[in-house]
Amino acid sequence: MTDLFENQRAMRRHRQAALQRGVVAILDVGTSKIACFVLRFDGVANAPPGEEIGCMAGQSRFRVAGVATTRSRGVRFGEIDRMEETERAIRTAVQAAQKMAGLRVDHVIACFSGARPRSYGLSGSARLEGEAVTEQDIARVLAACDVPDYGEGRHVIHALPVNFTLDHRSGLSDPRGQTGKTLSVDMHMLTIDVPAVENLLHCIQRCDLELAGVVSSAYVAGLSALVEDEQELGAACIDLGAGTTSVSIFMRKHLIYADSIRMGGAHITSDIALGLQVSQEMAERIKALYGGIEATSMDDRHMIDIGGDTGDWEHDRRQVSRSELIGIMRPRVEEILEEVRASLDAAGFEHLPSQRIVLTGGSSEIPGLDQLAARILGGRVRMGRPLRVQGLPQLATGPGFSAAVGLCLNAVCPQDECWDFESPADRHGGRTLRRAIKWFRENW
Amino acid sequence: MQSVGRNRFDRLLRDPAPSRLTYRLQRLWLTPTFRFGLRFGLPVLLLAGAIGWYLSDTARVEALRLSFVELRDQIEHRPEFMVKLMRIDNVSDEVAEDIREVTSIDFPVSSFDLDLKEMRKRIEGLDAVARAELVIRPGGILDVTVVERKPAIVWRSRDSLELLDASGHRVSSLDSRLARSDLYLIAGEGADRAVPEAMAIFRAAKPIVGRIRGLLRIGERRWDVILDRGQKIMLPEKGAVEALQQVLVMDENSRLLSRDVSVVDVRNPARPTLRLVGDALKNLEKIIRTPLEDKT
Repeated sequence: MTDLFENQRAMRRHRQAALQRGVVAILDVGTSKIACFVLRFDGVANAPPGEEIGCMAGQSRFRVAGVATTRSRGVRFGEIDRMEETERAIRTAVQAAQKMAGLRVDHVIACFSGARPRSYGLSGSARLEGEAVTEQDIARVLAACDVPDYGEGRHVIHALPVNFTLDHRSGLSDPRGQTGKTLSVDMHMLTIDVPAVENLLHCIQRCDLELAGVVSSAYVAGLSALVEDEQELGAACIDLGAGTTSVSIFMRKHLIYADSIRMGGAHITSDIALGLQVSQEMAERIKALYGGIEATSMDDRHMIDIGGDTGDWEHDRRQVSRSELIGIMRPRVEEILEEVRASLDAAGFEHLPSQRIVLTGGSSEIPGLDQLAARILGGRVRMGRPLRVQGLPQLATGPGFSAAVGLCLNAVCPQDECWDFESPADRHGGRTLRRAIKWFRENW
Repeated sequence: MQSVGRNRFDRLLRDPAPSRLTYRLQRLWLTPTFRFGLRFGLPVLLLAGAIGWYLSDTARVEALRLSFVELRDQIEHRPEFMVKLMRIDNVSDEVAEDIREVTSIDFPVSSFDLDLKEMRKRIEGLDAVARAELVIRPGGILDVTVVERKPAIVWRSRDSLELLDASGHRVSSLDSRLARSDLYLIAGEGADRAVPEAMAIFRAAKPIVGRIRGLLRIGERRWDVILDRGQKIMLPEKGAVEALQQVLVMDENSRLLSRDVSVVDVRNPARPTLRLVGDALKNLEKIIRTPLEDKT
């Protein structure tokens, strides 16, 4: 686990360097599009004296200087499938965003939705050495968490301390300085497949960029689509992407569960393409223009040209009614939502005090989806759009960008992760000298 | 592996992605230092290099210098800058002749070659010239305005007769005293250095001006007023004018100077002393002894 921590710490250092330089790029590698934002930091604007973060949880500190999206190539199920294609797509997006911003970026914070995320709840406890809780105590209690065997070829992407308990007082978010005897912690750990991260890292390095962080898109979509009291009281964010549908559950402003279902809008499109015998592009167009969930009698009379360019007049003048289209789309949407339901059940969502469900992502724009979701998932469902951030152009305010916008927020004001705390002193006692030598070798 | 057999041109058509080279060049271009270097540093460097290379050959430098000199020459000798004649205002002919001689310019000449300051110094070096102003007027005329020294006094020195102005500066020499009989005469060693005082004495001596033959400088420190009939008034070093006025008052009261006095010595103004003519004292005694009836 220490090796991994070193990795994550290296990324944190890159992130710090990027913040100091004032420019960082946000890269959302999705199945249908790759979005790149260039963020420019102007320092702490309007911050009360003595505070680092500033107003609005640090959102006033940055502005989006450049935005570019490009059609994603070589990505399936939110994972990189063909390296070279993806690399070129990333290059296109980064170059266009750089050009718009007029700034050169060297550091990239990326998020992706695939790679089979799996959530683990960990807990650990330790006795305090002194009276009050110190940073060192927190490091020890985090190190004392019993890590489950998450399997070969998996990688911890998030390890968020969710809850601290000091003696019998639970629900502490920051126990430092408080007095007690025993400190215990609940931690949420998210693991993903290693190859997915390594492929992404490779692509980004081939673009001459440094990876300054990898984040799960389920997490960041929730950050931007959920409003503050939803995050506080408990809510699920369902990010309906093209290749995957990500589920994240927030409680008391912490991510407590994340999952991803390997089905999404691209499957709806391919269903349409199969069912109507049209090309993928045409199917995507029909879905975007005429797609729906609830068929009415009006839709029987609404005929849609589905075209074709075979040269056969009969074939190229085909028409379908809109209810036929809905008949193709609805089963797939239902299937996706059933999977989501299963995932939420597995997470024990019904035990949360508030059961708010927020739908976001590009596929959530299908008309009538919220009624269907309410019927299948139960509870109160609403459509979520990403938060407004400074400098974001109108084209990037749709629900398809909630992961990218959430990644901006996370980049500016990241939550403390396990590796942000120092390793406990007894762990690296003998290695101090070696580290000093290494430091010398790196710097001279 | 669908991309293996595709030709490059086909891929270019379908793919909007920039090539790695384009991407890198664009990133390089967005680097601020590189951009500054290319926009500002490189032109400066190239320019400096080109100039340096050009000047590295002495023959080229020489040619450059020569052409510069030629160009300068051409400009200087344009007709607009040529001075064709010198006009000398309000001056007598001899002085004008002297000025022409002193400046010795071959007209026409470029105004760049004229050193007006030096010329002015030389013209003012002439004795007859008190002040000179030189202006080059449009039309190529060198205008010399001269204020001449006005002769105020004649000085007879040991071997010549010279005209001095009111400040004692030499104006010209004089052949004969008669040529300027309207001016007062002074004489003696160093008399030219005390001309203002002499002028003041002459002004004060207005009542007896018909009788004055001249002033004589004694020992380069004081004046004697020489009158006709061999009389003279010896004035002190300081306060000469006051002493003379004192003598004039005495003359007015007792017609002192028309008597048989050869010298009125007021070198000590508090104690004027008279020297009588040869036998005047005897005559006086005789007159005093002679009874009154004899006098008639």
